[in-house]
Amino acid sequence: MERYYQPEIECASREQIRAWQDERLVKQVRNVWDNVPYYRKKMEAKGLTPDDIKGVDDLHKLPFVTKADLREAYPYGLVARPLKDCVRIQSTSGTTGKRVVAFYTQHDIDLWEDCCARAIVAAGGTNEDVCQVSYGYGLFTGGPGLNGGSHKVGCLTIPTSSGNTERQIMFIRDLSATILCCTPSYAAYIGETMKEMGLTPDQIPLKAGIFGAEAWSEEMRQDIQNVLGIKAYDIYGLTELSGPGVAFECSAQTGMHINEDHFIAEIIDPETGEVLPEGSKGELVFTSITKEAFPLLRYRTRDICMLSHEKCSCGRTHVKMCKPMGRSDDMLIIRGVNVFPSQIETVLLNHGYPANYQIIVDRVKSTDTLDVQVEMTPEMFTDNLGEIDRRQKELVAGLRSMLGLAAKVTLVAPKSIVRSEGKAVRVIDKRKI
Amino acid sequence: MSIKQISIFVENKPGALYGLTGVLAQNKVDLRALSLAETSEFGIVRLIVNDVYKATTVLKDAGYVHSITPVVGVAIPDVPGGLNRVLQVLANAKINVEYMYAFLGGRLSDSAYMIFRVQDVEAAQKALAQQKIQVLDQDQMTGV
Repeated sequence: MERYYQPEIECASREQIRAWQDERLVKQVRNVWDNVPYYRKKMEAKGLTPDDIKGVDDLHKLPFVTKADLREAYPYGLVARPLKDCVRIQSTSGTTGKRVVAFYTQHDIDLWEDCCARAIVAAGGTNEDVCQVSYGYGLFTGGPGLNGGSHKVGCLTIPTSSGNTERQIMFIRDLSATILCCTPSYAAYIGETMKEMGLTPDQIPLKAGIFGAEAWSEEMRQDIQNVLGIKAYDIYGLTELSGPGVAFECSAQTGMHINEDHFIAEIIDPETGEVLPEGSKGELVFTSITKEAFPLLRYRTRDICMLSHEKCSCGRTHVKMCKPMGRSDDMLIIRGVNVFPSQIETVLLNHGYPANYQIIVDRVKSTDTLDVQVEMTPEMFTDNLGEIDRRQKELVAGLRSMLGLAAKVTLVAPKSIVRSEGKAVRVIDKRKI
Repeated sequence: MSIKQISIFVENKPGALYGLTGVLAQNKVDLRALSLAETSEFGIVRLIVNDVYKATTVLKDAGYVHSITPVVGVAIPDVPGGLNRVLQVLANAKINVEYMYAFLGGRLSDSAYMIFRVQDVEAAQKALAQQKIQVLDQDQMTGV
């Protein structure tokens, strides 16, 4: 039977959710107008006053907020509460440039942890579980968020943070951890290490994993599930909005429910900024309607995504987002072709190659080159050079048909691609453009 | 009674072979024969060693990807036409040689040694034995 952390919210009627959103949006717009001069200026520039926003239908009138705004307003320019009411900051990992700092009141932290608790319960977590949080603790939101959610659910929480894989595995085994929270690449690494230690999935006590903070494919999910013998659940979030738990996966594993009582999601055309009709693929935009310290209106995530309002078998009524299909800003443009690293990963896994890969983009005599380096595995290796060559050619053909682009494939020695204990470095762009 | 050849993946770059032989040297693995097949980026090192179990264990621990391939080892009289005669037997038996390599020396100094990789090891061995060509087993190979 499906269990919920806050059933009255998670399974509320669509009318109820809409009513919450209308009311909270109007209040939030008034709040930023009164308390954040930066927002007031942006709204005035569009000729808007808070009276123009009467509900979700008027949301599209508001200007967007981008990462550039956050940098411009750094550090305090978007804070809507006196600092005496703020109790915490968190900061982005800086994968896409300068750090962004977000602020929290105690109430903000409380609601954020509720969102994480919803994710843990959706993954089957109860107060009987032992939950190991192997996301980094500190400025990164992963550790603190899941840690708080795990406390709320009542799990016995192991705050290992990331790194020291031997110790991670020791705790999982000695304390019989049942839930693992970390980045998918680290989960894959832990799984790989356990396999090397000769552990089979039935010897690993884990039953579920909550993995997020970076892009991962459906195939990678299958790999992680198989090696650890668990069900792997996706979780989505951004430091700018709170952290993990903006959206989370349920037992259906067909998308992540957005916590719509706290966040309004829109899909826009990243070029024109137009709101796209339901079911369209485009850039995901969020408005945080309950945030006190650091409210964001129409924040452009750069994640390319689709929303689904289809009824979910789990009973939750909140809209679902698909796995981000790439980011409009980690998108590589190679010889004029748009390439998402996640596409390359999908092709690799489909051809039986491991998810340990690195994409090297370079420019030779003004032509872009794409080199996909993949580690040789015992499964792939054979004494037959012709056979290896044949498989390599198939992979090149698979990449060509997926990307519409010729790529070189280089087989490299096992373990020669640097493993990361946080976010994997998938792309090395050597081009000087 | 086939011979176990160890095939190892190595990158085609300076020091890669040195790294491999270093692992074997440190663990006192004795090489009987070696051949190398290469592409521009990687190669397959094929080894016949005195102690297959030890060699594969230390290679695995050192992070090398490898596989075991059964091959046919033959002692050939070191006279003109020696190899030709062996290949004639295989050709007559319609056995395709995927690759082969030779090595010299050893204690039976009047013989040369060849390693043949064929699809059907058993058929090859039978055909060779019928024509009184000396086929080596693992122990003999180790003793060479």
